[in-house]
Amino acid sequence: MSDVSFVRTEMLPQQSPPASSVGFVGWMRENLFSGVANSILTVVSGVFIIYTLWFIIGWAWSPTWNAQSLNECRAILHDLGREGHWAGACWGVINDRWEQLLFGFYPNGTEAGVADMRWRPILAFVLLGFALAPVLYAEKVPAKMIYLTMAYPFIMPWLLWGGSIWGPIMVAAGFVIGYIGYRVLSQLAGSLIALILSVVLAVAWWLFAAGGIAGMLADLTPALGLEPVESRKFGGFMLSITIGVVAIGLSLPIGIVLALGRQSDLLIVKSLCVGFIEFIRGVPLITLLFVASTLLNIFMPPGTDFDIIMRVFIMVTLFASAYMAEVIRGGLAALPKGQYEGADSLGLNYWQAQRLIIMPQALKISIPGIVSTFIGVFKDTTLVSVIGLFDPLNLTNAIRADSDWNGIVWELYGFIALLFFVFCYGMSRYSMYLERKLRTDHH
Amino acid sequence: MKKSVFLGALTVAGLAAGAAAAGTLDDVKARGKLNCGVTTGLVGFAAPDANGNWEGFDVGMCRAVAAAVLGDPAAVEFVPTTGKTRFTALASGEIDMLARNTTWTFSRDVDLKFEFVGINYYDGQGFMVPKELGVSSAKELDGATVCIQTGTTTELNLADFFRSNNISYEPVPVETNAESQQQYLSGACDVYTTDASGLAATRASFEAPADHVVLPEIISKEPLGPLVRHGDNEWGDVVRWTLNALIAAEELGITSANIAELGAGTNNPEINRMLGTEGTLGEMLGLEADWAKKAIMAGGNYGELFETNIGEATPIALSRGLNAQWTNGGLLYAPPFR
Repeated sequence: MSDVSFVRTEMLPQQSPPASSVGFVGWMRENLFSGVANSILTVVSGVFIIYTLWFIIGWAWSPTWNAQSLNECRAILHDLGREGHWAGACWGVINDRWEQLLFGFYPNGTEAGVADMRWRPILAFVLLGFALAPVLYAEKVPAKMIYLTMAYPFIMPWLLWGGSIWGPIMVAAGFVIGYIGYRVLSQLAGSLIALILSVVLAVAWWLFAAGGIAGMLADLTPALGLEPVESRKFGGFMLSITIGVVAIGLSLPIGIVLALGRQSDLLIVKSLCVGFIEFIRGVPLITLLFVASTLLNIFMPPGTDFDIIMRVFIMVTLFASAYMAEVIRGGLAALPKGQYEGADSLGLNYWQAQRLIIMPQALKISIPGIVSTFIGVFKDTTLVSVIGLFDPLNLTNAIRADSDWNGIVWELYGFIALLFFVFCYGMSRYSMYLERKLRTDHH
Repeated sequence: MKKSVFLGALTVAGLAAGAAAAGTLDDVKARGKLNCGVTTGLVGFAAPDANGNWEGFDVGMCRAVAAAVLGDPAAVEFVPTTGKTRFTALASGEIDMLARNTTWTFSRDVDLKFEFVGINYYDGQGFMVPKELGVSSAKELDGATVCIQTGTTTELNLADFFRSNNISYEPVPVETNAESQQQYLSGACDVYTTDASGLAATRASFEAPADHVVLPEIISKEPLGPLVRHGDNEWGDVVRWTLNALIAAEELGITSANIAELGAGTNNPEINRMLGTEGTLGEMLGLEADWAKKAIMAGGNYGELFETNIGEATPIALSRGLNAQWTNGGLLYAPPFR
């Protein structure tokens, strides 16, 4: 009959989507102006953001970098025709004091007869980067660098506090003696006895031999040392980072031990761990710092000068460890029981099972919590200002007490906030990288 | 390292415990440094400069004592203390003396077992208001909002003052001086109250100081002075007479400019006794004969210290007022050096 067909036999060519739904316009329509209410919200928030930025940039854009005092800043802004409380920032204070905000009172060469020693903390923190690399980016750096990591806990205090090089070497020797003792003894006796004996050996070394030998060697080779620097000279970001690094570095291993102790079947170990964790978590950090600064002084004999920074290290580390223990316990609790039973069925002993099966998984689960705790500890270091240590926040007070800069607030706090943000954001991004890298579920 | 430092510290603790009984003066001499407690920062009284050197009126007191005892005004370890840690720092022996604008009160002297060796600044609580408020006396402040630092004696003084005058106020509690400045400038409170020296320093930092007035009423007595521990009278004497030497030096006209000349001997026997060319005053204190000369040379006499740090030539621009010599209508009155 006829070959009229009502079915299209050839394909229509593809057409590009309408201009209003692709590209920037399409994205805006979909995300910003998808309805009346959303459009209004977009406009209102846009105006708000632009107004705020306009205000902040207008304030921060201020040619006062070289001013010598707040009044000079005001004169500069006045000459530009800018008046009032928000005329512009006074960046001269940062120019004048940024070194102090970074290094505190660490010798900077201005005191007669004392050299500029600020290369030491700089070197210590550069080395910290190298020492952390094998831990943080294990697959990207040579495996031998782990030796630097192991040596770092002894290098850092030496660089920061100075003194004879033999002190840290003799302390490190204690660990070597303990390790060798363990290797030798574990072949002669059981591993538990070997462990206990080697710890006793190391402690005996530290208590009775290390100090004397280090002193003797220091007298023989006085050139092998750095000029000592007192803790009281520490301040600014250097103090925050030092406290943060020590507390972070020590709290993870102590936290792991406490978390395992809390799950232990041994009654004494378990109750000690639970008691410690609950006590420390039940007390605010600020209280612990006051104990460190004032109460310890009263208990100790008069005239005692037990280094205040060392007291703060101990308190902050204890505090962070208790929190870390609970974060890791969370990771342990999330592991299915089958993992423990699997480890048992392979014939692994307790420590082998922990090291090869349990901890790698538990720590992976806990990464976000661990890093949050790290960030929290780092920010908590500013609390030391209540006991008169010059962390960056307390330094702002001291800087304002200079009549040149009295009355400056936002510039100083903004600078400090920026530096803290860099560190904390860095830690947070690293934890996300680590989570991606360790992901094993292949989605 | 930690462990060795810890153990080392304990050993030092043990040794120091034995040494502490010897008396603070001997301790300081043996150490070669004076541990002096100061504030963590107060305009004009104590503040570190960009290189970390401490400067200020209270700092000058520390340096004078160090010069008198050790002969070197730089031989001071400045220990920053907060309002909360200052008394334990002194009681525990962490510091040898406290020169930290601390008000001499009965309970601090008697109950806390300290010894105020004298008064180096007579302060008192005052009020500052914006000029546009048109207030000329604190008694007109009925219903005002007042920025007040919490937990200080100023808070209690304020309550007493308003109650005894039968007027009301609304407190705006703030934590630090910097915060109260911001609150006051942004108009969150009508009145800002603290010690008069602090008011002057704060007002000097404003963009338009002339727009703010400090009211005439001073509602409290705040005698500020250095203090030492109870029970070590030899050390207390050293600090007390160093302060007296600075005050007497101004009265006798001894300045850092003419002291070298006067130190060679004068016709005034009191100057001679003080500067060690006559008599044995230094020996009685357990110090060298020229102790007072060194103390005065450290930063000048009381008047010079005042003028360089908080006086009218500085931005803080405090007038001598009560802190003038008794001969000029002030309260400074050093006992005779005899």
